[in-house]
Amino acid sequence: MAKQYETVIGLEVHVELATATKIFCGCSTKFGAAPNTHTCPVCTGMPGSLPVLNKKVVEYALALGMAANCEINRYCRFDRKNYFYPDNPQNYQISQLYLPICHDGHLEITTENGKKTIRIHEMHMEEDAGKLIHDEWEDCSLVDYNRSGVPLIEIVSEPDMRTAQEVIAYLEKLRMICQYLGISDCKLQEGSMRADVNLSVREVGSDRMGTRTEMKNLNSFKAITHAIEGERERQIELLEEGKEVIQETRRWDDNKESSHAMRSKEDAKDYRYFPDPDLQPMQIPTEWMEQIRSRQPEFQEERAARYEEQYGLPAYDASILTQTKHMADMFEQTADLCGNPKKAANWLMGEGLRLLKEKGMEAEDMDFTPKHLADLIQAVEGGKINQANAKKVFAKILEDDVEPLAYMEKEGLLMVSDSGAIEGAVDQVLAENPKTVEEFHSGKEKVLGFLVGQVMKKMRGKADPGMVNELLRKKL
Amino acid sequence: MEEILQMSALELSKQIRHGSVSVKEAVEACKKQIQTSEPQVHAYVSMDEKILAHRIKEVEEGIKSGRYTGPLAGVPIAVKDNICTRGQKTTCSSKMLENFVPTYDAQAVKQLEDAGMVILGKTNMDEFAMGSTTETSAFGVTRNPWNPEHVPGGSSGGSCAAVAAGEAVMALGSDTGGSIRQPSAYCGVTGLKPTYGRVSRYGLIAYASSLDQIGPIGKNVKDCAALFEIIAGHDSKDSTSADVPVESYDSLVSGGLSGMRIGIPKEYLAEGCDEEVKKALADAVHTLSKNGAVVEFFSLGMVDYVIPAYYIIACAEASSNLERFDGVKYGYRTPGATELHEMYKKSRAEGFGEEVKRRILLGSFVLSAGYYDAYYMKALRAKGLIKKEFDKAFQKYDCILAPASPTTAPKIGTSLSDPLQMYLSDIYTVAVNLAGLPAVSLPCGMDSRGLPIGMQLIGDCFQEKKILRAAAAYEQLRGEFPKAWAKEEK
Amino acid sequence: MSERKIDEATMDNVEILAKLALTPQERQKAMDEMEKILTYVEKLNELDTDQAEPLVHILPEVNVFREDQVTNGDGRKDSLANAPKAKEDQYIVPKTV
Repeated sequence: MAKQYETVIGLEVHVELATATKIFCGCSTKFGAAPNTHTCPVCTGMPGSLPVLNKKVVEYALALGMAANCEINRYCRFDRKNYFYPDNPQNYQISQLYLPICHDGHLEITTENGKKTIRIHEMHMEEDAGKLIHDEWEDCSLVDYNRSGVPLIEIVSEPDMRTAQEVIAYLEKLRMICQYLGISDCKLQEGSMRADVNLSVREVGSDRMGTRTEMKNLNSFKAITHAIEGERERQIELLEEGKEVIQETRRWDDNKESSHAMRSKEDAKDYRYFPDPDLQPMQIPTEWMEQIRSRQPEFQEERAARYEEQYGLPAYDASILTQTKHMADMFEQTADLCGNPKKAANWLMGEGLRLLKEKGMEAEDMDFTPKHLADLIQAVEGGKINQANAKKVFAKILEDDVEPLAYMEKEGLLMVSDSGAIEGAVDQVLAENPKTVEEFHSGKEKVLGFLVGQVMKKMRGKADPGMVNELLRKKL
Repeated sequence: MEEILQMSALELSKQIRHGSVSVKEAVEACKKQIQTSEPQVHAYVSMDEKILAHRIKEVEEGIKSGRYTGPLAGVPIAVKDNICTRGQKTTCSSKMLENFVPTYDAQAVKQLEDAGMVILGKTNMDEFAMGSTTETSAFGVTRNPWNPEHVPGGSSGGSCAAVAAGEAVMALGSDTGGSIRQPSAYCGVTGLKPTYGRVSRYGLIAYASSLDQIGPIGKNVKDCAALFEIIAGHDSKDSTSADVPVESYDSLVSGGLSGMRIGIPKEYLAEGCDEEVKKALADAVHTLSKNGAVVEFFSLGMVDYVIPAYYIIACAEASSNLERFDGVKYGYRTPGATELHEMYKKSRAEGFGEEVKRRILLGSFVLSAGYYDAYYMKALRAKGLIKKEFDKAFQKYDCILAPASPTTAPKIGTSLSDPLQMYLSDIYTVAVNLAGLPAVSLPCGMDSRGLPIGMQLIGDCFQEKKILRAAAAYEQLRGEFPKAWAKEEK
Repeated sequence: MSERKIDEATMDNVEILAKLALTPQERQKAMDEMEKILTYVEKLNELDTDQAEPLVHILPEVNVFREDQVTNGDGRKDSLANAPKAKEDQYIVPKTV
């Protein structure tokens, strides 16, 4: 019988923090600027320049650590990680090894197989590297230090995950926490969240760890899933052939959908970490801890519970709406403005998510003024517009954030409540359907619906059904 | 001209502010002296006539307009070439930075310019401040103004030689393991290594960040105190800058010797210390104790371990600090490399001199996997014990008196052949850096060959006042020290 | 004679870490000097440091921070002023991929 293998996965996740400035200098962190505009002597490693720590980075790290149930190293410091690479202007990265700010935490994830706890080994603060691009013309690389020194938190998990599904659930959980905290937008595609996958396999039942590899350059959940599957198979194949897995770093190639070893004899993999003498240590005072703790936001679980209670939403709705803080905020404002939480939930979860999916967008891309949706909901409830037209208006709100009432008016989507116009249509319908009128009079009240439908058709759906009903009964 | 050279910096500034000497005249006096002795001494690496001419005008106007009123306004100063000067080459006396022009000023430079001082030029040094003789400079050796066959000491040899030769009224140096105090002793001038954190390191090209400190070099203690007051102070750009108020130079040097308790580590006068140096120190002790100070010998522990601890820590930090010199952003880049790591290795091998490479290799080794605990951590633990020894001593004494160096200036060409021997000569100076202490070095005699002997007074952290007060009192009792440049004209 | 601390393999590794391409003569000299210096600094092993805390920071200051406020403008010109090779406001390096 073939051997059964278990995959053992640990993650190193880098989250780019949404601070205004870099971790050690006053340069902007804004994305997409022209090359090297956001640079200064510090983040280009000029001789004689010195780092000064951005306080907000420490606050964000503490907030994330607390949210992930970590112990806080009240006394901590920065270390230098020494390695030569052109994206790293000092040829050392300021990071934390010996005394990271947070350690020994855990997150609870939910998959099809239920709940599971993933332990967090440690979390630390560090600086991001610059960007290298290949120049085809001159067959060289070009260096841009705009990203150099952008603050990162690295979250190192224990090897507690066994499937790609668990990995995705863990990443989604981390992303959700960061977004609720407002410390990062965590976009994999844009690189504000990056995950390196440490993976090994072992025979089921074994308690010994296999040799692991580290996979880098995974820019989407899809890439992560494929890379995990591919690497699992590659390692099992090696073991089945009686070969050994080599401990190495592998780079995922999204186009080829495969990974290859990043090997170089110049990569000594000996980072010679030592305490950075340019930075004084941190001693986190209790008051600061308490202040940060008291500012922690309501996270997803708490918010979902509140929605059930306060708004009477079903558990399913509450859970979907709170998957991103952004959607939850949109929902809450809309619900409060229109006074109809269930309708607000229905619009956002139904049409909202459907339309976003159609466009290949995510929940956090939903961007419009909540008042506009609230106004639309009230218009529907007040019979000013029918459901079909309301959907058109909502699509427009989602697209261009239009003011719904003005838009309905301009496009002629409002219900006709002018009784004269409706009366004309009623008269016409009655005249055109004498047989039906007869049937009605003979007691078949059900035919009224058909007549209403005919009138609505003539009015192109824009008549108030109540008013049509009333007029028909009167005339009949 | 001669008169100007005779003046202290404080006296010169007073004359300038009173209008009896112009800034231009002060600069011209130095330049004349530079013309005379520079061919032999070679204290400077670069001078920028255009910047200097512009600055003279600016300072003259600034003094007239009342913008510059400080005690050293108008004084020409030389700056060690590892301290960044905006728009003016800063080379660390290395081929690696031969053409490096900083786009920013060191904070210390900014502060002396705000005080109306005039930078004459940049002075020679041991490459990246690694060395004790100024012979490791990529741009030629500096010679001792007292005797051109001898070294001026190092690494701030250019700065000390410039002051000794009258080629500058004062100078900035940097001290990582004695680099201000030892060349001051060899050149017969006064130099202060301030408490770690007193003077911003922003813009000082790092050798060993936890030990480096910029300090003043001058003709006498009071001049040094005045320059210290100008360059010291908290700087938000340097996380290791201390927020401790600095007293005025007048108060720093006043108070006299009476009641001062001064200790001499007897281990410092054991074998290895030259007899003439011992004798000069004994004379100084006599002078001090005769004039109100209580001077006694005591046993300072850990003396045998300061050099091992120092070289491990300094080289480890240096190996990391100098990683940034890779031919990418600034500095030397080899023309002969097409592959990335080849470019790194060749640029660095061609751009750095032998001593710098040796320390980078040593530092890389002591931090490498498997050796970190045995060397680097061990050295940090020793550093803790060294600090404790000084803490103990300062419970008993206001100052510690010590030789600045076991010998007077050695002959050129005799030191570099045996690096370990050269390191051992730092025995009296490196502990001060490991413990972050302030220390002032000043001349206390002359050996039989006519070379100056220096002594240092070491204080507890942020107690510059105590050592400067004792040094100023001693200086007055000692009397005017001969001048190297005056000697030459004889 | 005890074993060499800096043998050929160690030196290969140190050269990679230090990113220095030494000539054979330089290398041999460096190995010999390093050996001598390391032997000397091992004097520290005489010390009992079990009870001694490593002293990293001389100053007692902790929590030296700056506020999260942008203070720097466009630094392109200054950052590239000393670049040995540059193109379109970027540093040129031998290709990395």
